[in-house]
Amino acid sequence: MIEILIEPFKYEFMVRSTITAIASGTMLSLLGPFAINRNMGFMADAMAHATLPIIAIGVFLGFSISELGIPAAILIAFFLGYIIKNSNVGEDTAIGIIFSSFFALGFVLISILNVTINLEDLLFGQILAVSRIDVYIVVSMCIVVICLLIVFFKQLLFYSFDPIGAEVKGLNTNFLNYLFLVVLSVAIVASLQTVGIILVLSMLLIPAAASKQITDTFVSSIYISIIFGIISSVSGLYLSYFYNLPSGPTMSLVATGIFIICFFINKLKNVKIQ
Amino acid sequence: MTTTEDKLLDDTAIIISDGCCVQLGTTPALDDVTFRINKGKKVAVVGPNGGGKSTLFNAMAGIVPIVNGSLKINGLSPKEAKGSISYVPQRDLINRNFPLSVKQVVEMGLISKKSLNLFSRNKINSKIKEALENVGLLEKINVNINKLSGGQFQRVLIARGLAQDADILLLDEAFSAVDVGAQEDIMSLISDINLDGKTILVATHDLNNLEDKFDEVLCLNRHCCAYGDPSEVLTKEVIEEMYGSHYDMFKYHTSESHKQNND
Repeated sequence: MIEILIEPFKYEFMVRSTITAIASGTMLSLLGPFAINRNMGFMADAMAHATLPIIAIGVFLGFSISELGIPAAILIAFFLGYIIKNSNVGEDTAIGIIFSSFFALGFVLISILNVTINLEDLLFGQILAVSRIDVYIVVSMCIVVICLLIVFFKQLLFYSFDPIGAEVKGLNTNFLNYLFLVVLSVAIVASLQTVGIILVLSMLLIPAAASKQITDTFVSSIYISIIFGIISSVSGLYLSYFYNLPSGPTMSLVATGIFIICFFINKLKNVKIQ
Repeated sequence: MTTTEDKLLDDTAIIISDGCCVQLGTTPALDDVTFRINKGKKVAVVGPNGGGKSTLFNAMAGIVPIVNGSLKINGLSPKEAKGSISYVPQRDLINRNFPLSVKQVVEMGLISKKSLNLFSRNKINSKIKEALENVGLLEKINVNINKLSGGQFQRVLIARGLAQDADILLLDEAFSAVDVGAQEDIMSLISDINLDGKTILVATHDLNNLEDKFDEVLCLNRHCCAYGDPSEVLTKEVIEEMYGSHYDMFKYHTSESHKQNND
């Protein structure tokens, strides 16, 4: 059994992939409970899709997706945050406009600039192709995200729960709003190689939604979400290695499997209580 | 003639609005609102929907800017006075999706502007317990907020304000979506808190027995229609000024009708 478990690590690319999978799984599932309780799924999806034009220009200029990560994330977060706050068309509509127009712009740029990108890898992830530098960048981003969340956890929680109360208390809610958008955007951009533009949402939302099924408190939902996120990404990677499956979709399906189990555990618990 | 500065010297006044004007977009939401609230008063803020009750609270809390006139809290501008006010907003503005415990919500009143909290854990716990004891919910300290009734949740938010040690408590539509018993609970609670010298403003649509529940009433319909003792200022003219053609619905709440009933 142990031999089977360590067998993939004979290959350096699997070591790199596993480290990246753990870092991505941790980052996304740490932010997931905030995202689902603030109903930010659509926003997160828009962030992922809005990266496409930046990736197209970046790759045209000779950068990798990971190297583009932080500047792209900050740019997207501030742009989305500004448009949502200052447009009068409603949050969902503003996000929808940015989501679709940026995604369309990305495809047009890929065509105009004649950029060589494997679209399937970009949309669904290709973790097996991560380089050593990619690993360093993703792990560093993961550490930054964790540190920022620890330092500003209580303020972010207050702001997410009662934004007006937080502002009246004197917290800098504008800063907290953009801080969370930047952190979320960093986690999403850093995870694009792991699960891709389309499936990054599954790793953000599904572990958090699963943990919400089996726990009543926010802090424990974060811990459990992280555990589910890491289990999904690492076991998805193993399955993709042994059964020659696409890694991103396999990770998403494992997360979905965990959610289904938690959903039924919750149902059983409720039946017993009744 | 008394100037605003002279009034500020009077240490009994905690909120002074002098010709305060607030605009939401291009629409004037408050126009030339003037009143003065003394420390420790319990004030009902009444008026029609869109009459500016929430806007006035937002202006006091420093959330919306004042475009003309002035509004002083403890002699400071609302932005400078942040932290001395605790705001219980309308229920739908709070995200009750969050699986938080009563303790976590009350602790929010103790969160500092800086990232790290300056209080020790023991001090935080004792302040939380003290605040919850004041609102009669100490036994619910570890209960999830989505398991509380509407009235209990309002009391938790009041406890958050007590933990914050705010001088002024603003309750926006505190009685919406709670039953009559819970309303009475909150009112008796507000009376008790008042003994500690806190000033409490409650925006409400309920004009029943205001004089029994509050020291003063502020009647708003974008401008200040009247301010003072509820048994004196709720005249037919004031109610007509606030609610216009719907006066008939409120005619039994006027000071005249109360006097007749008492006779």
